[in-house]
Amino acid sequence: MQPSPSSAQAPPRANLAGWLYVSPLVLVLVPFFVAPILVVLAASFFATDGFGGLTPEFTLASYVEVLHSALTLKLYLATIKFTVLTWIFTLIIGFFVAYFLVFHVRNQLLAIGLFLLCTVPFWTSNIIRMISWIPLLGKEGLINQALLALGVIRQPLEVLLFSDLAVVIAYVHQLTIFMIVPIFNSMARIDKKLIEAAIDAGASRFDILRLIVVPMSKSGIALGTIFVVSIVMGDFFVVKVMSGGGSASVVSAFYEDVGVLQYPTAAASAVLLTLVLVAIVSLILRTVDIRQEITR
Amino acid sequence: MSAVLADIHKTDMSKSVGSAATKAIAPSKGGRPWTFYVLATLFSLYVIALYGPMFCIYILSFQDIRGGLVFPMKGHSLHWFVDLFTQVRTGDVKGSFDRSIKLAVIVTAITVVVSFLAGLGFRKRFRGDTFVFYMMIGSLVAPGLVLGLGTGLLFQALGLNASWYTSALGAQLSWTLPFGVLVMFAVMSRFNHVWEEAAYDLGASRWQSIRLVMIPVLAPGLVAVALFGFTLSYDEFARSLQTAGSLNTLPLEIWSMTLNVTSPSLYALGTVTTIVSFVVIGASLGSIVLIQKKRGSSAKA
Repeated sequence: MQPSPSSAQAPPRANLAGWLYVSPLVLVLVPFFVAPILVVLAASFFATDGFGGLTPEFTLASYVEVLHSALTLKLYLATIKFTVLTWIFTLIIGFFVAYFLVFHVRNQLLAIGLFLLCTVPFWTSNIIRMISWIPLLGKEGLINQALLALGVIRQPLEVLLFSDLAVVIAYVHQLTIFMIVPIFNSMARIDKKLIEAAIDAGASRFDILRLIVVPMSKSGIALGTIFVVSIVMGDFFVVKVMSGGGSASVVSAFYEDVGVLQYPTAAASAVLLTLVLVAIVSLILRTVDIRQEITR
Repeated sequence: MSAVLADIHKTDMSKSVGSAATKAIAPSKGGRPWTFYVLATLFSLYVIALYGPMFCIYILSFQDIRGGLVFPMKGHSLHWFVDLFTQVRTGDVKGSFDRSIKLAVIVTAITVVVSFLAGLGFRKRFRGDTFVFYMMIGSLVAPGLVLGLGTGLLFQALGLNASWYTSALGAQLSWTLPFGVLVMFAVMSRFNHVWEEAAYDLGASRWQSIRLVMIPVLAPGLVAVALFGFTLSYDEFARSLQTAGSLNTLPLEIWSMTLNVTSPSLYALGTVTTIVSFVVIGASLGSIVLIQKKRGSSAKA
């Protein structure tokens, strides 16, 4: 898939054929992505009777309410905290797991087998994987039982489950795969001869990591970051279940608002969140052309 | 995950190149560097943390009637599986299971066809292709719950009833299609254009070249797209929440169970859905391997 130089020079027939091929995709995305976003945008400007009824009068009241509320700041800070923590842990684990598979496993088939082993849980239910921490982290869970038996603690630790710690554990558990796959993909393309040349030129193992492997996996890191950041910022159910209702994020507050039929406030907060997300994603996209990256 | 397919393709070639070249960081013979042992430990811990909790709930779901949510195991039986499909208080598990499977099959079929066509379209530049591409990326990264609410409100405004086979179907496609197209990108980038041109030179029509050359060559990639379509739909939650209407899909049923049910039935349901996922993953990977093997043997003959 070599993209030809410029779309402006493409002959009209190529334009028509291209659009014909992507038309089914567009026919799904317009009603189920573009239109819903516009509906939410419109709803954020509507007035409400407080019982779920919307009156089409243009008002900025919802935005004023959202931006003036101290809760908003708190929610964003909580969301950013979860996002940053999850990003750091998934990046470190994901990078070194990919590094191990690409550079340390000698047998190619074994490397692919181990890689598949990491990807299998991605294809199973997220909710199930989340609740599977209950028998481990709970007050009478395995970790507390083990620590009590070893005499490390006298009282079972309560912070393990239904806490911010549990939320971050669940995120890292679910999302590290989104780092491993793209980083593995870009690392696997690094020409091993380049590394041999660096060794011949006297580079240390750390030099190779710093000067060759990290820069050349940058696009994979960027792609993984987009996935992890957008999923954590858009999540509500991990935060709701794993914090036991103790913590909230922007989207979990949105969920509560929808539950009590406060559509305009919910919509305004959703619009703001989407803007933040778009800003982050486009910042990342500036550093990497993902389309070229995927098609290369 | 697209890398998996890419590398299944690549294995044969890279075997010959790989032997001498991997010397640098990890020598292919002789002693291993200390980093190997550190990273191997990290990798093992990661895999244990990945699978450990899941296996805990599979084991705990086989307790008998005295069973609780934590270890130690209290007896062993299939009580909670029977309970799951017979008790009324756990909700309509059977119905939601049926709906989820049907929905996933429909989503899979549409995802494979639409992603394949879009993959063909994106091979050449055309006016507006970047716009369509970013629309797709937007659909992928947008918060699912917000999109779901928008879809729900849209259906309400148009006077349509939200249901799992209309609004939820569309909402799930807005999630599975971007994944499917991205996988198609990776698959297509390894397709050799010479084969297609050869087909045209031999007088094939566009449709013939797609049907007789591209689909057979790309079959493993299409199976992978199907795997994505099925599992992403079968497990989809956030986008379905506001769009499924009055009848739940399975993840919605599990969600409401996590809020009400505090018995190992919940774990039993986890075991059942995971078995379904594993059957689908196994069938997909198996058929990819089978296709590759068939090719290997016919190439030798």
